[in-house]
This record gives sequence, C-alpha cells and structure tokens, in this order.
Amino acid sequence: MNKKKIEKTADTKHKIALDFTIEGNNFSSAGEASIRLKHALQHIGYPALLIRRIAVAAYEAEMNIIIHAQRGVLKAEITPETVTIWAEDEGPGIPDVDLAMQEGYSTAPDYIREMGFGAGMGLPNIKRCADKFEIQTHVEKRGNIEKGTKVKIVIYNK
Amino acid sequence: MNYKSLSIFLDKKGCKGCTNCIKRCPTEAIRVRNGKAKIFTSRCIECCECIRICPHFAPIPQADKRENIKQFKYTVVLPDPAVFGQFRAKYTPRQILVAIAALGFDNVYEVGRAADAVGVALQEFIKENKSGGPWISSACPAVVRLIQVRFPTLTEQILPILSPIEVAARQAKDEISQRLGISREEIGCFYLAPCPSQVTAVKSPYHLEHSHIDGALSFSSLYSEIRDLLPKIKNQDEPVKATVYGLNWCRTGGQTMAVRSEYYLAVDGIHNLYKLFEEIELGKFSNNINFIECQCCQGGCVGGPFTVENPFVARVLLRLRQTQFRPKLDAGEVQEIQDRYQQGYYRAEKKIKPFPAMSLSKNMAKAIDVVEQAEKILSQLPGLDCGSCGCPTCRILAEDIACGIATEMDCFSKLREHVQFLAEQMLDLALKVPPVTPVQYQIMHTQREVLKFAKRVPPALGKKSQKKKERLVE
Repeated sequence: MNKKKIEKTADTKHKIALDFTIEGNNFSSAGEASIRLKHALQHIGYPALLIRRIAVAAYEAEMNIIIHAQRGVLKAEITPETVTIWAEDEGPGIPDVDLAMQEGYSTAPDYIREMGFGAGMGLPNIKRCADKFEIQTHVEKRGNIEKGTKVKIVIYNK
Repeated sequence: MNYKSLSIFLDKKGCKGCTNCIKRCPTEAIRVRNGKAKIFTSRCIECCECIRICPHFAPIPQADKRENIKQFKYTVVLPDPAVFGQFRAKYTPRQILVAIAALGFDNVYEVGRAADAVGVALQEFIKENKSGGPWISSACPAVVRLIQVRFPTLTEQILPILSPIEVAARQAKDEISQRLGISREEIGCFYLAPCPSQVTAVKSPYHLEHSHIDGALSFSSLYSEIRDLLPKIKNQDEPVKATVYGLNWCRTGGQTMAVRSEYYLAVDGIHNLYKLFEEIELGKFSNNINFIECQCCQGGCVGGPFTVENPFVARVLLRLRQTQFRPKLDAGEVQEIQDRYQQGYYRAEKKIKPFPAMSLSKNMAKAIDVVEQAEKILSQLPGLDCGSCGCPTCRILAEDIACGIATEMDCFSKLREHVQFLAEQMLDLALKVPPVTPVQYQIMHTQREVLKFAKRVPPALGKKSQKKKERLVE
C-alpha cells in the first residue's frame, strides 16, 4: 500500500473515491489500506457498527491480495448511502469458487498459516459482512481478460 | 466528551508552544495555537502522554483537595496497590497502610482486597461468556475513554464488571456501616490515585450513575508526608488481607494472573493499545483470545504520573513484597465472592456509551466533501509531519484546513514556497528597469541578494523544492 489517488466523478455530488495499491507478500503493511478506509468512514460519520463490517470485509479482501497475488488494488467509493469496495488482483485466480466460499477451505501455504492467516475464512467472512457480493475469477488469460480475481463488495447505509 | 471536567490542566505560563505534546498525543487532541498548546476536551482521554513528554512541565495533573475529607463524619482511605511499590521492602505493608491512615483518616481499606474479588468475578464472567469477546478489561479509565472516542464498536467488548476501586469503596462502606452503625452518606471514601484519569473516573464514572468514591487524592502530593511518618510507626506486623493477586493488579500482567484466563493478552502503553484495537476492529483475534488486560501506562499503574518511584524499580519492589501477602484466597472467601457475583454485586449499572469524536461534520454529505477536500490538500502538503503548523501531522492539518479551522499558509513549507514565488516575481520586476537608467550594477546586486536567500532550501525538504531552486537559477 503506498499511493492513493482521488478522483472526483461528476455524476453524483457527494462521493469520494479512494484507491490503494497493494503489494503481494508485504505483511508489514497489511491492513494499512483497510485502516485508512476505516478512518475515512469515521471522519464521514458512518455508524460505528457499519464501519466495523466494512473494515472487516476490506481487511479480508486486502489480506487475500497480500497472501495470494503479486499485486493488486483496493478501491472504495463512498457515498452517504453506500460503500462499494473493489478488490482486484493479478493473482493465480480461483479454480473452484464454490469450494473457496466454504468455511475452512484454504489454499494458503503453511508459512502463511503459521503467521495466523489463511484459516479459510476470508471469502465467507466477506460475504457475511457484505450486502452484495460479486466475484469474478480467471485462472488463465482469455482474450482480453487478464488472469486474476475481482471481488466487488457493496454495503448499504440503512 | 461529557466529563464533568478534565483532570489535566495546562499551565499557560509554562507552555512554550513547542510541539512535543501534539506529536505524542494518541487521539490528536492537542493543537498549538498562538504559541500555546490547546487541549480539545472532546478528544482527550487523559492518557497523560503529554505530561510525560512535556519538557516544561506545562500540563499539570490535578486531583481533589485534601480538605474535602473534612466534609465527612467518618473517612476511609483507599490506597491503590501501586503504593506498595513506592516504599522500600523493609517497611511492612501494614506499616504503610497505618502511615497512610495517619494522614487524617479514620480507617483504611485495601483496594487489593477488592481486586482479589474482581479477579474472581472476571473469571466467572468469562466462563459464562466464552463466545463473546475478546473481552477488554475495564480497570483503566484512559483505555475505556480511548475506546469510547476512537473505537466505538469495541465498547460492547469492555467487561461490564466494576473496577476494583469502585468495588473497594462499596465494600468499605458496606462493612463499616454494618460494623459501626454509621449511615453510608456519612462515610467518605477517598482513593489514593496513581493517575489523574482515575480522578475523572470518580467524577464521571463510566459503569455507574454515581461513584461509590467521594474523592480521589494524588499519591505524589502525600508521598513525602507518608515517607516521614513511616519510621515512626512501629510493631505493625499484623498481615494484610489482600493476596498476591490483589497486589499485582497494579502492574502489567497482574490482571491476567488474577483472571487465570487460558488465552489472554497483557498490553501496556497507550500507543501499543491503539495499534491493538485497530487490529481488533479489523476482525483479528476474534476466535482465539478471550481476555485482554489493558494498561494505559507503561508497566501498569506503577507507571502512573502520580507515582514517585521509577516504575521499573516499583515492579522489583512489588516482587520483593510477594512474601508479605497471602498466596491466595480461602475457599470460603471465593465462595462468598461467587455468591455476590451471582447477586450482581460487581456488575456495571450502565452500558458504556461510545462518544465518537472523529466525524468532521454532522451532515454526512458535507463530511464526504470535507474528507475529499482534505485528501486533495494532503497531496499538496510536504508530508514532513514537522508540527510547525501546530497540528501533529500533515494529514491533521489537511483535515483542519478542510474544516476551516486552519489555513494553507500555516504550513511553513507552503509559506516558504509562496515567499519564493513572490521573490521570483520581485526579481522579474526588478529586472524591468527602463533602459534609459543605466543601473546594471544595482540589478546584478539585487539579483544576487534575492537569489542568495531564495536558493536556500531547508535540509528536511526534498526534491520538489530543489526543482524550484533550479527554476529560479534559470
């Protein structure tokens, strides 16, 4: 996680876009992007319990990129009504998504598990926290579509 | 926050406006304005980091006045277990207690006894509520406030068990009113506090509507008197009632010993706690840890600002005293505590409410705009976090500018850039002397003078300013 860009889109008035680059295997800065996102939400005045859900989902997505991919991005768009998070990576992709969605199923290597990560709760946890959850994954490059995983998380402020 | 008042005051004369405290404050509650530090009470958690770091001793911790004890017919002093780490081990615990009582109190009640009881109550609570958690200890008021202000979602995880100090005052009043037939209102319980956050906790308790304690005195203000009294008090070999667990409550690791939890963390230092809570909020530790002991001060309460002895020495003294205390409670006592726990004797009366002090505007749509503007401003700031603007970091300055309580020219680097820009313009104008007046020498001189200063870049500034310099030379 190092750079952060701000883009203002013209269509909606009150909207903020945050953009974080995430480096694979860099455990020393793990959680940095999620914490930044959490602070932004606190500044905006989102309800505390909602922030917790968003932060947990973002953190799991961020950790997935760090554990499985070389690099990736975590993007968030905040409006007073919704928070949308995109986690996109150039990792190996997920061969069997249904299996990956099962609690306890993990492909993380042993050294990751020794660090206390990779318990196989990442994707199920994200799904539990999210109001809307989409996942697109490709294990190999097909035409224009690059290999990697894209996760979209939407949480409503209701 | 809705405290009745803070227990840290700023001595305006002492404050030099240096930026040590603003950088140390974990909740970014201090700014320097007009050459003096200013504490924002809504964000202050009274962790006392500013007191520890200030080279001019400007933040002053305050406690209640000693005269207040005269308002009561019968007075009881509640010395924190930390006092046992303040005097040499040759003085017996009983001797210390008698010396403290001799300051003008009718009786003395050991907080350690209440800590023993709270330890058992916590064991019971955690046994009953294994699935929740990780449970955060509620004994340190600064930690509770840190959670209220910065980590509102964690308020649910603070243990709803009274702190040993409140329990001590309750037990003391119960015992004495029963034994001597004095009504509870006539008994004044005064806590000998190791830190000012406990003083505030007595005034605005977080677990109760009204505190059982009637006042909190600072230990350091009474230290020399106690020290002088100690040699005069002789033949006090009667053992004290608290156990080793009660004694150790005041140092890091003591609470976990008393709680006897299998999976626990013992964390001290407010900045360490800050990082830990940040991680808990992201969902780490949810399954494997069931108790977190939190001590705001390094080393625990023996490191409080109202203590006198070096905290590391105090820890050694506490260890030397282990033999002077009972090793554990009797089975009968444990049973009694468990019965009382079932009756709700140690239970908090009210839930701890969060007081989030982070939002930049009450209107969410407006707050989004403010946050976005702050991000934009931040990308323009040098990122040195030098503190010269009176804000702890560039990020905070950006937020303050976006909120309208600071300006961009508060940043010395921005100001310098602006001056440089003006200097360039001045030079341009100076070179535009009409050709009829042959003042070549003067122009050259002005150019040299202006360039001499404009070229100087503070060593802390990076390449961005270097480029400016080159542009100017061209």
